[in-house]
Amino acid sequence: MRPRTEAELSEMIKGAQALRVQGGGTRRIGHAVGEILDTSGLSGVQLYEPGALTLVALAGTSLAEIEALLATERQRLAFEVPDMRGLLGRKGASTIGGVVAANASGPRRVQLGACRDALLGVRFVDGRGDVIKNGGRVMKNVTGYDLVKLLAGSQGTLGVLSEVSFKVQAVPEACVTLTAARDLPQGLADLRAALGSPYDISGAAWMAGRVMIRLEGMAGSVAYRAERLQDLLGFEAGAADWAAIRDVTAFADKPGAVWKLSIKPTEAAGLIDRLGLEAICDWGGGLIWLLDPSGQSDVRAAVGATGQASLVRALPGMERVPVFPPEPAAIAALTAGLRAKFDPRGIFNPGMMV
Amino acid sequence: MDMPVPNAAVIARKSKLVSRLRSVLPADAVISDPAETRAYECDALTAYRCAPLVAVLPRTTAEVAAVLKICHEEQVPVVPRGSGTSLAGGALPTADCVIIGVARMNAVLETDYDNRFIRVQSGRTNLSVTGAIESDGWFYAPDPSSQLACAIAGNIAMNSGGAHCLKYGVTTNNLLGVTLVQMDGTVVEIGGPWLDAAGIDLLGVICGAEGQLGVVTEATLRILPKPEGARPVLVGFDSNEVAGTCVSDIIKAGILPVAIEFMDRPCIRATEAFAKAGYPDCEALLIIEVEGAESEIAEQLARIKAIAMTHNPVEFREAADEDQAKRIWLGRKSAFGAMGQINDYMCLDGTIPVSSLPYVLRRIGEMSTAYGLDVGNVFHAGDGNMHPLILFDANKPGDLELCEAFGADILKLCVEVGGCLTGEHGVGIEKRDLMSVQFNPVDLEAQLRVKDVFDPGWLLNPAKVFPLDVTAGRRAG
Repeated sequence: MRPRTEAELSEMIKGAQALRVQGGGTRRIGHAVGEILDTSGLSGVQLYEPGALTLVALAGTSLAEIEALLATERQRLAFEVPDMRGLLGRKGASTIGGVVAANASGPRRVQLGACRDALLGVRFVDGRGDVIKNGGRVMKNVTGYDLVKLLAGSQGTLGVLSEVSFKVQAVPEACVTLTAARDLPQGLADLRAALGSPYDISGAAWMAGRVMIRLEGMAGSVAYRAERLQDLLGFEAGAADWAAIRDVTAFADKPGAVWKLSIKPTEAAGLIDRLGLEAICDWGGGLIWLLDPSGQSDVRAAVGATGQASLVRALPGMERVPVFPPEPAAIAALTAGLRAKFDPRGIFNPGMMV
Repeated sequence: MDMPVPNAAVIARKSKLVSRLRSVLPADAVISDPAETRAYECDALTAYRCAPLVAVLPRTTAEVAAVLKICHEEQVPVVPRGSGTSLAGGALPTADCVIIGVARMNAVLETDYDNRFIRVQSGRTNLSVTGAIESDGWFYAPDPSSQLACAIAGNIAMNSGGAHCLKYGVTTNNLLGVTLVQMDGTVVEIGGPWLDAAGIDLLGVICGAEGQLGVVTEATLRILPKPEGARPVLVGFDSNEVAGTCVSDIIKAGILPVAIEFMDRPCIRATEAFAKAGYPDCEALLIIEVEGAESEIAEQLARIKAIAMTHNPVEFREAADEDQAKRIWLGRKSAFGAMGQINDYMCLDGTIPVSSLPYVLRRIGEMSTAYGLDVGNVFHAGDGNMHPLILFDANKPGDLELCEAFGADILKLCVEVGGCLTGEHGVGIEKRDLMSVQFNPVDLEAQLRVKDVFDPGWLLNPAKVFPLDVTAGRRAG
């Protein structure tokens, strides 16, 4: 099923049974059954106003097309979309709708927020086939309930996105990475010190015995902040592959289960030590990628109440491990209630996020 | 402005309700004497008043849960109230409701600089959140202009913004978690002191839902290290259009000021008469504030000056010292007071695409002539969040209604150019009946269904946000 217009999408949904909603199929995690609903036919940028930092695109527009268009005006999506194809062994082209449905956000989340924070508006089709709009294309909007946030990260379980609008960012003129060899506890302590300084860090990661921070902005400002942080932490200016951190490329060719954790940064070092797993830390220790070669570690028990964990890549035999974090009963009831309201026939990604 | 007819059966059960509430709250936390409940008859939208049946002032989440459980069993509507500073009537009571005021819940529960968050009870005022951490070099970014008085609970309900959200975002971008008490008394924890909450984004929809989905009793807020310094410049122009273009050029150049404020001539003149800040008498002025160390401030201001100069400003005024910086902000900060000296005013907050600024200002001017009511414009230009202040005389019969009609036309204009009814104040009762201008029935129904899930009986702040005819069937049920 591959609709080319919002009206076609609506008609198809009205007559559909179980659907696996898919953009480019590059970042889906979790189990879902049903016929594939491919949204990539809903393609095209509808509006781009560089002077207002605003972009509106149909949900199936490829991420590459959007990034190329923004680049012509030296602008970009601030939240630095991860490319999960290597890690998950996928092919295809990411769509902007898929990015939103996954709330996919890279290293700059620590400074400028996630995909959901840059998302200004959505149009989507619910399980009845009704076309619903929420939000818009202005920076500040508190008119009615914020279904924009609700749809971002909902993994296609509440509706099928047909159009999304974003606040975009001007590419800063300068970007510097500072780095040093550090063990994990010291590295994370350094990241906390950097993020606790007024020097406006746009990336804070630790990988393979090296800690790295990124500074972006006007040239003089970046030079000033780099100097202060070098004095404070003893880091050196150097190269760092932020895309490799963003895309978790180090785990792509290594066998094993991969977990993604969002936790309190101060818990990271102890947690990783207790589990004894290879780790990549982003967001100053707030985001942890763990590689579990055997798939036997009880990662969720180790995380406990200090955050939450998703199983991004599973090994055979892990089918019974929930991909998304299990929810307390009262929260699960709210989630189930919302899904039943937006998708009363239960046709969108059945089995996903449960 | 219509409000639902109070439920006489609920009012008739007042004494039973009060005795049940007294059984779960300290004596001083239940206010039922009509002479005292009048203190809660309105918020900052003072044109509308109605004393509640009862007001309660709990101190803990458990007390809030006990109150809600009782109200749920008794089928009594509940209106949550932070500090009562809503400009939209978000905390306006009905005669058959219980006001839950969180003002006594103002404690700091946890401060954690390593993990960059603070957890507070929701009645704590916005400014006192920063007050608790600023001596250690930290701050909480959202800064609504009522920040001295307004509560975090109300900030979350309205997803409040402020002058500095151009750089730091609004409440929803700085909120990590909440403790929410549902209408039936169920307490849920959503999110926490980590960046991504699990599951679908319930936190995102609770923020900005105007107290209709639950009562937030505690909040985990993201905090930031204070910048090393900040400084404003003032730029005057002889046309609104040129000022608007200058804003757009600054944003497009990739400079990110923390604030870009705009005032038009009526507002400048009123402000000068009142505060004597020494503003130039021009058609439009911008106040642009940048942050950072001294060298960073100089770098940004030089770039801004270069852009501004291409638009031939009538004045480009830099602040040589702290005193001059204060004088640049003085007029802007006095603007509402200055307009209030002239007459009663109504403050709107529709938001528009920045590119529509000159057109919208011109149309507002034309409407002002047609309605015979003066209007001044002062607003957050960087994000298109307008604040037209319409002057009227509350003592003159028909003037309020005329002003409301003018206001409605301005908001319709905002929607027409691709904007929205409200950028930071919320819908409340004030813009409730205009929701159908921005949303079709299907769009509204999707929002109502969210409330159906959280509050199936429609008891929480039920007469707000949505047109009454749209919600009639649900509220009656």
